Amino acid sequence: MLNELDVNPQDFESDAADHCYLDDLSQVDETDAEQFLNVGVDTGADGRGGTFIQKDRSVVHCKSCQDGIEMMSISQAAETHGWLGEYLWKNVSPDTDKFTSRAREKPHEGYFIRALPGAKCEHPLQSCLYISKDHFSQHVHNLVIAEEGSELHIITGCATSPHLVSGLHVGVSEFYIKKGARLTFTMIHDWGEKVFVRPRTVTRVEEGGVIVSNYISLKPVGSLQMFPTTHLMGKDAVARFNSVLVASEGSHLDVGSRVILNAPGARAEIISRGITLGGTIIARGNLIGKVAGVKAHLECKGLILNDGLMQAIPELSGHVPGVEMSHEAAVGKIDQREIEYLMARGLDEDEAVSTIVRGFLNVDIEGLPANLQKRLDKAVSETQKDMM
Amino acid sequence: MLQIEELRVEVGGKEILKNVNMEVPEGETHILFGPNGSGKTTLMMTIMGFSGYEVTHGKITFKGEDITHQPIHERARLGIGVSFQRPPTINGLKTRNIVEICAMDQPVDVETLADQLDFSEFLDRDVNHNFSGGEIKRSELLQLMAQRPDLTLLDEPESGVDLESILLVGDTINSLLNKGTKYFPRGRTHKTDRVKSALVITHTGHILDYITADKGQVLYDGVLCCSRNAREILKWIREYGYEECIRCSTN
Repeated sequence: MLNELDVNPQDFESDAADHCYLDDLSQVDETDAEQFLNVGVDTGADGRGGTFIQKDRSVVHCKSCQDGIEMMSISQAAETHGWLGEYLWKNVSPDTDKFTSRAREKPHEGYFIRALPGAKCEHPLQSCLYISKDHFSQHVHNLVIAEEGSELHIITGCATSPHLVSGLHVGVSEFYIKKGARLTFTMIHDWGEKVFVRPRTVTRVEEGGVIVSNYISLKPVGSLQMFPTTHLMGKDAVARFNSVLVASEGSHLDVGSRVILNAPGARAEIISRGITLGGTIIARGNLIGKVAGVKAHLECKGLILNDGLMQAIPELSGHVPGVEMSHEAAVGKIDQREIEYLMARGLDEDEAVSTIVRGFLNVDIEGLPANLQKRLDKAVSETQKDMM
Repeated sequence: MLQIEELRVEVGGKEILKNVNMEVPEGETHILFGPNGSGKTTLMMTIMGFSGYEVTHGKITFKGEDITHQPIHERARLGIGVSFQRPPTINGLKTRNIVEICAMDQPVDVETLADQLDFSEFLDRDVNHNFSGGEIKRSELLQLMAQRPDLTLLDEPESGVDLESILLVGDTINSLLNKGTKYFPRGRTHKTDRVKSALVITHTGHILDYITADKGQVLYDGVLCCSRNAREILKWIREYGYEECIRCSTN
């Protein structure tokens, strides 16, 4: 019996059959395509600048449609760019934990995305990491490089096939944001009830660079544990992390972000919204100010709609005078005054609660394509139905 | 329109309204005076049906229907609208969306209404988030303009409003009550031009310079103790204070 918190990669199978490469996205299996759409990956490829799809350990599609934007599998990138070793395993050490070492031992591809200097992504790139084999342990290694003055916008969706019972996903991601570059990274998860997820992400941001990271997990998951770390290395570098989490019964989400502000003028903001419907959410946030003249804010808000545990753990560490850091954490139920205020405007109690929950989860997420925003709104409404 | 009979209300186990009888007929605007803590807001919250205001005796009738124990939203749908003094912030809900909610499926031109209240720039802000006193007033009135209630309950509409805006607030209230035309909401189709009813709570009485009242009443210690011309009451209160007003009425 697997303990939801103590997962061992060795307990899963690390081999899977190959899936054949698809030249054209229209060849994607219909059931798979539907699952992809739920996590924002559109095989109609409307308004997407490039697509990477990995099923189990096979890259089944990979193509960039924009000049100046490279998109390939990590193994192909290693062949193409002799210098890749200067980046791989430099942000994340393989010795970090048993998951990173497993990813080093038994690598299963992953994506490489790079914007050449000054290149600007017109349409978001999409990547999908998909598990279809039951009891498979998928270990991907992703590398994103935004060269000087470039702009990247990536939507990455992770999902499993509908029949899948259990599985493990380990994702090592290393992001490099060079001087004046910008990365908007939106990750949407829709795993299964007995899928265990261990992303390991570290980002380095140079002078004037910006990372905006959005994480959305509304569907059941066995357990998810991640604590991505961002190093703001250059002057005026910026990090913004938003997460929207819903934990249904049996789901265990331990999700946080850490930002280390190492240069003057660096700014960081971490915003987390969690709703538990009987599951557990541990929302962490950690801001570390190493030099004077940095500014950072952390906001953790949680609602408990059924039973369950909602734990907010905000941490601030200032190492010198002249850092400006603050946090705001609140855990509770919906304020009756808000419900009654909306009822006085004509909504019945259920409608009022839905409206408040929708607002609560409505973290302003930059640059989402309209159809994806619509799908997310729909997913939030469905979540509400489960609550009622 | 609104009838209140022998109303007794407890808040947190303490009796606040002790025996209130009141009638607001169709088309009339009544002013409710009273010192702080006299029960004015309790009366309004009870009419709207908020939790924590327990009716232990008596009856509230609206448009002939006993609403004493009806849920809040049914009262709103029947045509009672309220402007709050300190409404809660609703994170993530835009002011534009709450105005649409207030219209209750009736067509509403939010932009035009907001323009009239000089509130357009707030439409995409979260409801009441960091609003100043005056901004809250305008937000509340904007919502009521979309709702067009037959009975409007206003809790201290002039408090926290600067002199410049009080004229706008007054005009909007008149328009809500179909008594003025300056800020008549073009964005909304009207079924009727009937004059609406209102119950206005005021502590200072300043709002009387901007709206026409049909009647004034004084609530003191949970009991209505005076009922006459609103301006006369205000004159007495201003000249002699509430103490005199109470002394006169108890004699």
